Amino acid sequence: MNQPVAEGLVWLIFFLPVASFFLITLFLRGRPREAGLLTVGAIGVALVVSVYALVQVIGEGGHAVGFSTHELFSAGDLIVNVGARLDGLTAVMLVVVSGVSLLVQVYSLGYMHGDGGFARYYAFMSFFTAAMLGLILADNLLMLFVFWELVGAASYFLIGFWFHRPAAAAAAKKAFIVTRLGDLGLLAALILIWDRAGTLDIAAINTEVVELVGLGVLGQTMLTLFALGLAAGAIGKSAQFPLHIWLPDAMEGPTPVSALVHSATMVAAGVYLLARFFPVLDASQFASDFITWIGVITAVGAALLAVAQTDIKRVLAYSTISQLAYMMFALGIGAYAAAVFHLMTHAFFKSLLFLGAGSASHATNTFDMTRMGGLRRVMPITYITFVIGALSLAGVIPLAGFWSKDEILIDAWKYNRAVFVFGLLAAGLTAFYMVRAIALTFHGEYKGGEEPAPGEHGADPAHPHEAPRVMTIPLCLLAVLAVAAGWVTFGGEFQSWVLGALPEAHEAKFLWNTGVFIGSTLLAAVAAAAAIALYIRRDPDPARLRAHPAVAPLHRLLERKYYADVLAEDLLVRRVFYGGLAKAAHTFDALVVDGVVNGAARGTFVAGWFAKFAQNGQAQTAAAALLAGGVIIFGAVVIFQ
Amino acid sequence: MSDFPILSILIFLPIAGALLLALIPGQRVPTDRLFAWVPGDQQARAKWLALVVSAATLVISLVLFIDFDHGRPGFQYTDTFTWIDADDVGFTVRYAFGLDGLSAPLVLLTTFLTTVAVLISWRIDLRPKEYFAWLLVLETSVLGVFTALDLLVFFLFWELELIPMFLLISTWGHGDRRHYSAIKFVLYTVFGSAFMLVGFLILGAEAGSFDMRDIRGADLAGAVLPLQAVFAFILIAFAVKLPVVPLHTWLPDAHTDAPTAVSVLLAGVLLKMGGYGVLRLLFTLMPDVGADADLALAIIAAVSIVYGAIITIRQTDLKRLVAYSSVSHMGFVLLGVSALGVTGLSGAAMQLVTHGLITGLLFVVVGLVYDRTHTREIADMRGMAHYMPLLAAATVFAGFASLGLPALAGFVAEITIFLGAFAQHEAPTAVALLGVLLAAGYMLYALQRTMFGPRDERWSHLPDIGAWWETAPIAALVAAIVLLGVYPSIVMDLFEAAVAPIADGLALAADSAEAAVSGGA
Repeated sequence: MNQPVAEGLVWLIFFLPVASFFLITLFLRGRPREAGLLTVGAIGVALVVSVYALVQVIGEGGHAVGFSTHELFSAGDLIVNVGARLDGLTAVMLVVVSGVSLLVQVYSLGYMHGDGGFARYYAFMSFFTAAMLGLILADNLLMLFVFWELVGAASYFLIGFWFHRPAAAAAAKKAFIVTRLGDLGLLAALILIWDRAGTLDIAAINTEVVELVGLGVLGQTMLTLFALGLAAGAIGKSAQFPLHIWLPDAMEGPTPVSALVHSATMVAAGVYLLARFFPVLDASQFASDFITWIGVITAVGAALLAVAQTDIKRVLAYSTISQLAYMMFALGIGAYAAAVFHLMTHAFFKSLLFLGAGSASHATNTFDMTRMGGLRRVMPITYITFVIGALSLAGVIPLAGFWSKDEILIDAWKYNRAVFVFGLLAAGLTAFYMVRAIALTFHGEYKGGEEPAPGEHGADPAHPHEAPRVMTIPLCLLAVLAVAAGWVTFGGEFQSWVLGALPEAHEAKFLWNTGVFIGSTLLAAVAAAAAIALYIRRDPDPARLRAHPAVAPLHRLLERKYYADVLAEDLLVRRVFYGGLAKAAHTFDALVVDGVVNGAARGTFVAGWFAKFAQNGQAQTAAAALLAGGVIIFGAVVIFQ
Repeated sequence: MSDFPILSILIFLPIAGALLLALIPGQRVPTDRLFAWVPGDQQARAKWLALVVSAATLVISLVLFIDFDHGRPGFQYTDTFTWIDADDVGFTVRYAFGLDGLSAPLVLLTTFLTTVAVLISWRIDLRPKEYFAWLLVLETSVLGVFTALDLLVFFLFWELELIPMFLLISTWGHGDRRHYSAIKFVLYTVFGSAFMLVGFLILGAEAGSFDMRDIRGADLAGAVLPLQAVFAFILIAFAVKLPVVPLHTWLPDAHTDAPTAVSVLLAGVLLKMGGYGVLRLLFTLMPDVGADADLALAIIAAVSIVYGAIITIRQTDLKRLVAYSSVSHMGFVLLGVSALGVTGLSGAAMQLVTHGLITGLLFVVVGLVYDRTHTREIADMRGMAHYMPLLAAATVFAGFASLGLPALAGFVAEITIFLGAFAQHEAPTAVALLGVLLAAGYMLYALQRTMFGPRDERWSHLPDIGAWWETAPIAALVAAIVLLGVYPSIVMDLFEAAVAPIADGLALAADSAEAAVSGGA
């Protein structure tokens, strides 16, 4: 059979970073330089192959290239397979992941230079990239779940990379456990679909299972529950309300990790999952509505939180949550192609913003924007690329973010006006908080940064300087993508790639709506103007505004993150579960369950202590007992007769 | 196949080694000259001899595992001769051993973990000769349980295990409570064994033979007690061993006070005897009762998984935490068993092996930490990864394997059990899913508190692992966990083939019970 892409080549994309991980772990622990270069090389080749695969798949109209699946093991009816699926959606994701990963790995050569855990860093970066690529390639739900969990583990190790910091160790744990709560839903969905439909194959679920539900052979409730399970997994991984609480804390990891794992790729896995199972979602109105409204709540709620942050990484973290929510509600209202499109452009401009923030902290040793300011003079490249990323995020024509965001808004206008209004509101907030971040970081006077913590290496904050070329070149390349990556939408080009992955044919076309364009641009301009007035011209003064009685309560609510962390961690986990339920169970176990065991032992012992008096060996005692027994029996006979 | 009694040699080689160990003289006896050519002092001779014997056992079992004929159902390498003849007393007892797809991986697990246990005890200085001798006796007893084909032989080996365990915990254990824990362990097991023996005697008397192969085909309808009672009696012994809630409180005590190597063997292979017994004896010999008991087993399993995990979260002693996690994880074995189908039973058998490897590794690393810090209190430890990066890496690996990270062995067993059990028992399986979340909670909590965090000067002098007897067993365990995680069919194929007839028997029993019900209606 003559295939457009050889299966071995597709697997190579996955196995290159796998090999890099094992080589570093086994042989290069003490050789940081080689570890870094090996990772860059492996992912670089993976990118080249991914691009080749994408080109070939485009030649096929985005339709799946047929590879057979391979049996890994069986246990009775259960047959577990591994196999690769390559279609328009997969190929786009492969290029995005390996592309962003490559640039981040190059950037890290400079950013992580001199760190004691340099080789460990690259080992886990290779591990992460491999797991993410495996997740994308999976042709069945179980294999997808395997890599889904592995990217979670990679995220744990990378968030907790600086494990000597208690906050980092705690954040890593929190991220893993909170996302695993969502993963339970995904696991349940997996078990349910296998039990009811007898298959885990993604293509089979998207076509045959959906058809069987349509024919009434399989239950609609089952399909909705399955879709909700997938949604639960996506809500955890993509940090949607109410499981969003792990992502801001995850910023404790090194900044390139935030750029790659916690903005561009892994957190997008939730969106990818729902896009992968879009036909299922499409067949369940309830699940679609659920995702839509989770997305709407998160998009606006997180954007508001981003307004009140003083830590630049946390601004970007809440921005990520808000943008992922955009993709979620896009999927909910049926805008599949727009969601994937936004996933791609977001990956480029958000990783650019994170790496820019990392560059700023590389010079100042802080992420606190109130300790920065004025950096545009000393860090021109960082400044310009950061502004490009911010404009792209804010959706300014003709940058990449504009095309994808507008496509979502056009679809929302078409399908659901309420969603459209909230989407527009989130877009306005986005422009506001990004201009605020730029103003605080790069404009005004320099506030002196922060001295490195004792025992940690860092730059001299008194003399901030531009980052080395190994860091600025990735910034520039990402800036080019943040500008131009959206142009693949002209003529419906991008849409045709990813729509080809769906079982049913869809018309791929470039969307344009002048009204939506004017509305969103106007709103963004107003929001940006307001932010400029507040944070650059300082008229009105933001500090006075915060103290205003009408604003102060709202500001406190945002500052405290809607009390979501307090509610989840302090109240539910610490008080109700750990201090209440678990404590009660533990006490019960020690006093009652074990108490019965020890009580039985003591009872036997006490009984023996009494019984031993019967065996004292004296004939008189025995005779007396005999007599007493005789009297009792005689008496009993007399009485009861 | 030849009549060469390779299985008997395998089983009795360790106890022969133990006798040989007993013959090693002290330093100042006349016969010392006989051993003068052996280098080293008494301790060195004892540990090297123990290593040679356990490694030889490992090699033999590995050869048997590879040579095992996958295509042939039933027992292989059988050694059988009649011990007590039916003509004289009305029943038959046979000295009978055999290996099938269910026992072959467990035998390999036993010899592997015993070798690990010997290596991890390399620094033992209290009466090393006796210590290693008892370890080897323990190995023989477990190998006997996994290969016995006769109920009375099974029972003898089941009881034999108590002697070395009692002595090892109470003599070489840690802490003031070690005598209490050792006695609790023995009495609890004997309590279960008493019921088991009654059950065995009823089965044997009714069938006229104690050979499992005879009992399987026999008509047991006329037994003195209803078969449900016999089933329940034998189940008590296995439930204590597994253990299941509420018969579990001996386990944390025994584990906490046992020396490291004994904890490894206790969690790694002794608990497995309970799960093995359910599959080999209860479900094979009394499928009619087994097919009715499934819901009760599933509920007990779900309770064990969730209750065990919740208690684990409250533990402040690192070793006790690992011990309690075993209660939760062994609940998965029972959940898989309750599924009755091939998928669930294979998953349960797989969980026996994977939990043996993973918890074995956990106890190895926790033991090595304790050897260095002399504390097991989680609150006393922090930042171990600064000073002992390799040991910390092994601990983190073991923790993630334990919480069921995919691509590692434990996940394969758990997912197979979930998929198998859900078809039969939806609600208990759904409850058991919570165990996955709770496992992440207690494991990551423990890792965060002990391995991560700022440097602590108290521990700055501690050496990392480096000696070959520390790194070799850890590397072997890690490799085995990864291998079974990415390529499980090495043992899954064996289990699948071995549990298929058991599942067939259960399905047949369920069908006939259904037919009886509908026929009566």
